[in-house]
Amino acid sequence: MAVTQRERAAAPARAAARRRARPPVAALFGALVWTAGAALTALVPNRQEAEHTAVTAGLAGAVAVLTAALAPALTERVRRAGPWIAATGYWFVFWELATAKLDLLEPPYFTSPQGLLAALWDDRALLLDSFGNSLKLLVIGYSLGAATGVLTGIAMGWSPRVHYWAHPVLMSIGPVPAAAWLPLILLVFPTSYSGAVFMVALAVWFPTTVLTRAGVAAVSRRYYDVAQTLGAGSGYLVWRVAVPAALPQIFVGLFMGLGAAFLTLVVAELLGVKNGLGWYIQWTKGWAAYPRMYAAITLMIVLCGGAMALLFRVRNRVLRWQKDLVRW
Amino acid sequence: MVTAAVEATALTHRFALGRDRLTVLDGVDLAVAPGEFVAVVGPSGSGKSTLLRLLAGLDRPTRGRLTVDGAPLAGPDPSRALVFQDPTLFPWRTVRGNVEIGPRATGRLRERRDDVAAALELVGLTDFADAYPSQLSGGMAQRAALARALVNRPELLLLDEPLGALDALTRLAMQKELLNLWEARGFTAVLVTHDVDEALRLADRVLVLSARPGRVLADLPVDAARPRDTGAPALRDLRHRILRLLGVES
Ligand SMILES: Nc1ncnc2c1ncn2[C@@H]1O[C@H](COP(=O)(O)OP(=O)(O)OP(=O)(O)O)[C@@H](O)[C@H]1O
Ligand SMILES: [Mg+2]
Repeated sequence: MAVTQRERAAAPARAAARRRARPPVAALFGALVWTAGAALTALVPNRQEAEHTAVTAGLAGAVAVLTAALAPALTERVRRAGPWIAATGYWFVFWELATAKLDLLEPPYFTSPQGLLAALWDDRALLLDSFGNSLKLLVIGYSLGAATGVLTGIAMGWSPRVHYWAHPVLMSIGPVPAAAWLPLILLVFPTSYSGAVFMVALAVWFPTTVLTRAGVAAVSRRYYDVAQTLGAGSGYLVWRVAVPAALPQIFVGLFMGLGAAFLTLVVAELLGVKNGLGWYIQWTKGWAAYPRMYAAITLMIVLCGGAMALLFRVRNRVLRWQKDLVRW
Repeated sequence: MVTAAVEATALTHRFALGRDRLTVLDGVDLAVAPGEFVAVVGPSGSGKSTLLRLLAGLDRPTRGRLTVDGAPLAGPDPSRALVFQDPTLFPWRTVRGNVEIGPRATGRLRERRDDVAAALELVGLTDFADAYPSQLSGGMAQRAALARALVNRPELLLLDEPLGALDALTRLAMQKELLNLWEARGFTAVLVTHDVDEALRLADRVLVLSARPGRVLADLPVDAARPRDTGAPALRDLRHRILRLLGVES
C-alpha cells in the first residue's frame, strides 16, 4: 500500500516533467502568427489613412520574437498561455486587415491598431492622468466601503440588537443604485471629490455588508462551543472564530462590491468630479474622437481587470485551506 | 496534581422540540471524586453527549444542581476540556493551529509551545502539524481534537467517544496513552463510550444510562488493577451485566 501511495504522489510530478520535455508548440505557433501579423502590417500598403504603421509592425514583431525567445524557458503557467498568444495573434491580423489594409470597418467609428496606438501615445499625458485619478478614486472608495461593510456585517451578524436596528436602514438605502443619490450627494458634500468617494464607498458597502452578515450569522454553533471550552472570550469568538469561518462569504461580498464600484466610479467621474477614465470616455465621445475613446476603454479594461485579478489572488491565498476551493 | 470533583444532583434536561418538550436526562445523580475515571455507557440518544455538555458548562440544566469542587458551575472554563463526538476542527487552521487554540485564547501561547509539540507527539501527528483538517483521515482528525483538549492541562477531561472513529489497533494504543496520561497528570475523567470493553479497560466506575429519557440504571465499580485483561472472569461477568442492562444480551 505504501508503494501505491508513493506512486500516486509521484504521478503528477512525472506528468509535469513530461509536459516540460514537450516543445512549447502552441507558444511557438503563436509567435508564428504574430510574425505574420507584423509582416502583414509592414508590407501590405494601407488603404486607410494611418500613422505609426511601422511602429505597430515593430511591436507585433516584438511580441513574436519575445514569445519565441522565451518559449523554451517558460514556466508551466506561462506555457499554458500559448494558445492564447496564438488567438490574440489571429485577432490582431483580422483587425489589421479589416481596418488599415482593406478598409472594411471605416473611421471614425472604427480604428486600426495603429490608430489605437497613436491615440494612446498622442494623448498619453491626459490618459495617464485620468488613469491615475480613476485608480485613486477606486482605491479610496473601495477600501472605505469594504472596511465599513465588513465591520457593519460583523456587527450585524454577531449582535441581534445591531441587526434589529441596522437591517431596515441597510435594506432601504442599500438597494438604491448609488448613482441615484448623486444630486443629494453633490448638495451635501463640501467637494465633488468627497462626494464621489462616498458614492463609490456606498456602492461597495451594501453587498459587502449583506454577505458578511450572512456569513457571520451562519457560523456553526459548534465552533463557538469548541472555542469556549478552550477558554476563548468574546473577542476571540468574534475575530478568531466568526470572521475566519465567514471569510468565504465575505469574499463573495467583496467581489460583488468591486463590480458595483466600477459601475459607480464611471457615473461619479462623469457627473461629479469631471476627471478620470469614465469622464474621459464620455468627453471624447462628445466630440467623436473615437480612437481616443477606445484608448481610454482599453485602459479601463486594464484597471478593472487588474483590480479583479488582484482580489482573486488575495482570495485564493487567504482561502487556501478550503477543500476543493473553486479558483476564481 | 490538578484535579476536580464533580457533583450532579437530580440533573434533568429538556429540549424544546417544536411545540413539545423532549426530556433527555431525567434525575441523573453523579458524583465523581477528584482524580477518578468514570465511564458512561448507554443507548444512542440516551443523553450522554448532553450530560457532557452540561458538565462542560455549555448548556444549563433545566433542573438540578451541578457543582465543580463545591462551587456551582457557571459556564465553560479552560480547566474543563471537552473532546466532542465529532472532531470539529477549525478548517481554516492547520493541525498545529488547532492545537494552539487553547493557549492562544488564554494568552499563553509563548509558554505553552512545548506543550503543543508534546500533545502532537502524543497523538502521533507531529508529521501532520502543518496539514489542514481537510487533508486528514477521520481517525487523525479525532486524534487532533484530543491533542487540542489535552494541551490546556485540564483538571476535568470530558471525552465524548473520542476513539470512536479509530481502527482497533490505534484505538488500543490510544487507550493506553490515555491511561498513562491520566495516571501521570491525575486529572478527573468522564468518558462516554459505546464500547463496553473500553469502559472496562479504563474506568474506575461505569455508569449505565437507560434509553431516553436517560436515567442512571447502574453505577458499577470496576475493581481490577490496571493494565486490565478484559478476558478475566471478574470483568467478563461485569461485561455481561452491563450488556444485559443495555438490553443487548438477555
Ligand atoms: N440542541 C438540541 N435540540 C433538541 N434536541 C436535542 C439537542 N441536542 C440533543 N437533542 C436530543 O437529545 C437526545 C439525546 O441526545 P445526545 O446527543 O445527548 O445523545 P447521545 O446519548 O450522545 O447519543 P449518541 O450515542 O448517539 O451520541 C436526542 O434525542 C437528541 O435528539
Ligand atoms: Mg453523543
